[in-house]
Amino acid sequence: MTPAPDLTVRGSAAIGDALLFAPLTLTLAAGRWTCLLGGSGVGKTTILRLIAGLDTGAEFTGQIRASDGQSVRERVAYMAQDDLLLPRATVAQNVLLGARLRGEKPDLRRCDQLIERMRLQDHMAKKPGELSGGQRQRVALARTLMEDRPIVLLDEPFSALDARTRADMQDLAAEALQDRTVLLVTHDPGEAARLGQSIVVMTQNGITPCQPPHATAPRKVDDLETLETQGALLRLLREEAA
Amino acid sequence: MKLLSGLAATLFALAIWQAIVSATGLPKFILPGPALVAETWWQNRWIIAEHTWVTAVEVIIGLACGTVLGVVTALQLANSRAARVLVQPMLVFTQALPVFALAPLLTLWLGYGLWSKVAMAVLIIYFPITSSFFDGLMRTPPGYLDLARTMQASRRAMLWHIRIPAALPSLASGMRLAAVYAPIGAVIGEWVGSSQGLGYLMLLANGRAKTDLMFAAMLTLGVFSILLDMVVRRATAGIAGEMR
Repeated sequence: MTPAPDLTVRGSAAIGDALLFAPLTLTLAAGRWTCLLGGSGVGKTTILRLIAGLDTGAEFTGQIRASDGQSVRERVAYMAQDDLLLPRATVAQNVLLGARLRGEKPDLRRCDQLIERMRLQDHMAKKPGELSGGQRQRVALARTLMEDRPIVLLDEPFSALDARTRADMQDLAAEALQDRTVLLVTHDPGEAARLGQSIVVMTQNGITPCQPPHATAPRKVDDLETLETQGALLRLLREEAA
Repeated sequence: MKLLSGLAATLFALAIWQAIVSATGLPKFILPGPALVAETWWQNRWIIAEHTWVTAVEVIIGLACGTVLGVVTALQLANSRAARVLVQPMLVFTQALPVFALAPLLTLWLGYGLWSKVAMAVLIIYFPITSSFFDGLMRTPPGYLDLARTMQASRRAMLWHIRIPAALPSLASGMRLAAVYAPIGAVIGEWVGSSQGLGYLMLLANGRAKTDLMFAAMLTLGVFSILLDMVVRRATAGIAGEMR
């Protein structure tokens, strides 16, 4: 893995004649978590998909650059709200999917370590259908870590989970993805307040950087400043939408 | 329970059949009763078995060839835009031709024996297999393709590890349709020209006013089709689970 770079997205996107987002500059600091918070349809997922090099249906004018000048899209790992596990493959096979798709020799030892780290060692040979939602998302996280990329793109990966499982997953992911350049796209102000080392609110009017709480992420769920930040972020979202 | 309800339905159908025979008093060469058909079936069981074997072989070879052809065609269509432009309209056109109209031609080309019937069965199932598998290949849930792209999967790897597994349930439903259609194809082929098979036996019995034998052959064909359907269902059960 190359050291995690800074990442800068500069430009605007349009669908046909309609502007999706006006010219903006979003910088993701190297080795840190940036939470991009916003409502539906403001283009936050589009930004994530642009970085990943995926189809967006929108036309992007601008550039996406890594501070070390190397290619971006070949160094990203991607995790979505849907766990995207192959239903007929076992947990271990799902974790090894990337190597299989690239025709590489799978690193079985690393796979075992990651599965153990995600506390899935009792489920290695199971199919995704036999797992709970939280366990499935842990498999998806193990698969993401298996890719061992310096840039990690998370598209609302925890939003389908119940509150307790979501908090557990946030802790696990924050710890596991340390020192990588992470972009977390979310519509949950609480999640942004817990995990963001920098927090950016995106609305129709553009992006607004916000002050994250002082405590180290992942912050305690009952940390006062985190709760205040959550409130402030929600207020900002509501004002901008009005 | 399922067995019991099936038995009840069979008895009910037999009762209606017998009631019609009794009520109308139709002569047995127009409508034979269930008891007579059963008796005729038993008396002719070895002849019927022989002809059933012939039809079964035609159907099974046809099913296998048609499935392979359909799968290969669907993969080609999914893999190449040129194939879609050139071949897809042709496929639709062949489907628009009534298979009945092709049967004499196939007998002319492939002869009186096994292969003209296999060809009929293949023709009749080729389209359902191709189109269902092709649809499945083109409707991979987009999230999986996104994930594979971020993992730098080649087109080939994506097809093999993502799109084909996701399309297997569609292929399974195509194969179940095929299992129902394939016997129809073989029997049509036998009607047009043959000296063996259940279709031939039905035609022969009909020509000699042995309506009871014709019914016996027809019911045998029905039972064979149901058994085939059950076998294919069981065989495809493993691949029928949907990918979300």
